Amino acid sequence: MEFHPFSSNMDQNNNLTAFPVDDTFYETKLTTKFKKRKIYQPPNPDKLNAFIPGIVTKIHVKEGQTVKRGDSLLILEAMKMKNNVVSARDGRIKSISVKESKMVRKGELLLEYE
Amino acid sequence: MWLKDKIVEFFKRKEKVTVGGGNKAMEKQIAMGKMTARDRIKTILDPDSFHEYDLFVEHAGKDFGMDKKALPGDGVITGIGNIMGHPVCIFAQDFTVAGGSLGLMHARKITKIMDHAVKLGVPLIGINDSGGARIQEGVNSLAGYGEIFYRNTLASGVIPQISVILGPCAGGAVYSPALTDFVFVVDKISKMFITGPEVIKTVLGEEISMEDLGGAKVQTEISGNAHFYAKSEYECFEQIKKLMTFIPWNNTKRADPLPPKPPKSNFEITSVIPPEPSKPYDIRDVVKSVCDDSDFFEIQEFFAPNVVIGFARLNGDTVGIIGNQPLVLAGVLDVDSSDKAARFIRFCDAFSIPIITFVDIPGYLPGVDQEHNGVIRHGAKILYSYSEATVPKITIILRKAYGGGYIAMCSRHLGADFVFAWPTAEIAVMGPEGAANIIFKSEIAASENPEETRKQKVQEYTEKFANPYVAAANGHIDAVINPEETRGYLIHAVQISREKKEIRPNRKHGIPPF
Repeated sequence: MEFHPFSSNMDQNNNLTAFPVDDTFYETKLTTKFKKRKIYQPPNPDKLNAFIPGIVTKIHVKEGQTVKRGDSLLILEAMKMKNNVVSARDGRIKSISVKESKMVRKGELLLEYE
Repeated sequence: MWLKDKIVEFFKRKEKVTVGGGNKAMEKQIAMGKMTARDRIKTILDPDSFHEYDLFVEHAGKDFGMDKKALPGDGVITGIGNIMGHPVCIFAQDFTVAGGSLGLMHARKITKIMDHAVKLGVPLIGINDSGGARIQEGVNSLAGYGEIFYRNTLASGVIPQISVILGPCAGGAVYSPALTDFVFVVDKISKMFITGPEVIKTVLGEEISMEDLGGAKVQTEISGNAHFYAKSEYECFEQIKKLMTFIPWNNTKRADPLPPKPPKSNFEITSVIPPEPSKPYDIRDVVKSVCDDSDFFEIQEFFAPNVVIGFARLNGDTVGIIGNQPLVLAGVLDVDSSDKAARFIRFCDAFSIPIITFVDIPGYLPGVDQEHNGVIRHGAKILYSYSEATVPKITIILRKAYGGGYIAMCSRHLGADFVFAWPTAEIAVMGPEGAANIIFKSEIAASENPEETRKQKVQEYTEKFANPYVAAANGHIDAVINPEETRGYLIHAVQISREKKEIRPNRKHGIPPF
């Protein structure tokens, strides 16, 4: 069946897929937008990810350091604002994945707790 | 001799301003694969019908040496011309003059022609090809944008507004098209975004090309900001002219009827639908098998293709078509398709175009991303738009109409005037599999052979509820019809409800879940 001949929203040799809605499987095509949808990941309290893209201008902690809830971990500069990223819990820093003056994307791993 | 001199001077002055940014700039524009602003207007309009206004307007910039610069027409051409013999107001930004940048007088030319369009009750066509705000004019150019947005909003639902993006359209400039009814883009030429690749790179470190960020394909497929995609400017102008045949000139008129034509013989309704309910088909084939000349003019073809919208004619009169597309995502409603359908319903309602809804829907799309992206709020838009619409609403249920999807797709309960169903319709709270699994859960679990019992219960449920007769028995549908009678029923319903009146309580306006 010919469908959207020059559209990349439909995959070119788009085959029919069994697609479940309420326990019934329907033969249908999927859009690329649907296939590229973000698969949900439950939040992991051991990992700190960048909540906004920007530049890590200052790191206040070292690997192996014990931190308390509310301690400043690093400064993430984004949209001309210096965001003071504080620890959400007590713990020990296992590893730091960024360096000072490094640009990070949204969701990029900044550091990990033990 | 006095008169002759004056006329000679007039021609000299006119020539000076009609060249736009000069021959060199014009050549550059053409080398980019683009037409010049004046040619664009002339190609869209009927031959020799264009009357230009405000040709001698001069820009109002005073700072940064702008007072010594001349900008012919201030970078925009405005006027009135005809399409199919009916007048339209039109403006085209001229990229050859200071990059089509928008200063105060440029904006005033646009707002003037917009005011004309509303007063005269004729459509407005805006051709966008502009680098954005004229930085030298500072806050005055922002004022210009604001005055355009204000008028776009006040004209919304009064006259049809069409935006054609034939070049860059960035920053604040994108919001005028976004406020209009139909946005046309052309491959490789149109580019729309709020912040360009440069800014995104410096601020966020993300690298992306202009085309991938806001090119024609992205805007028609991913964001849904554009409604029509063309490969060339000519094709785009043909699309605009075709659209104009379907829509009325303002909200007090109806679109010109065409002589009625039967559907083409190669679209046969009974051969379109597959025998098994889980197998897909192209809903557009069903539309083509009932509408005049099998001519279905699809809108937003590439965005959220699980719901299909567009214009067609029934016995000569324009109707708006909305249909679930079983071929894509089983025809479910989701965030994007709800947005798409809801806006189209409001256009049809504003311009007195009857709405025909073809239903084959298993429900709303399940998923975390859907829930987190607000499928509740977006899904509510379609309920709101259907309920709010007072134009004739005619619904035809082809196969599945389950649960929330059944209600949303212009059911009797949302005020449909006529609801027809084919004998293949299954109007039920959910699909037999899902329903049996819930209703007979304990019975299935307690059974010695659960799989066998489950199958049996699904079968029982299917026989009892997967049909149109339970809904018919409750008066939720008006008639179960032979698929071959569909066109006849639809034509009758449209004609009988032409002068339909529905009185609603007075209010300033409703509060739709935008």
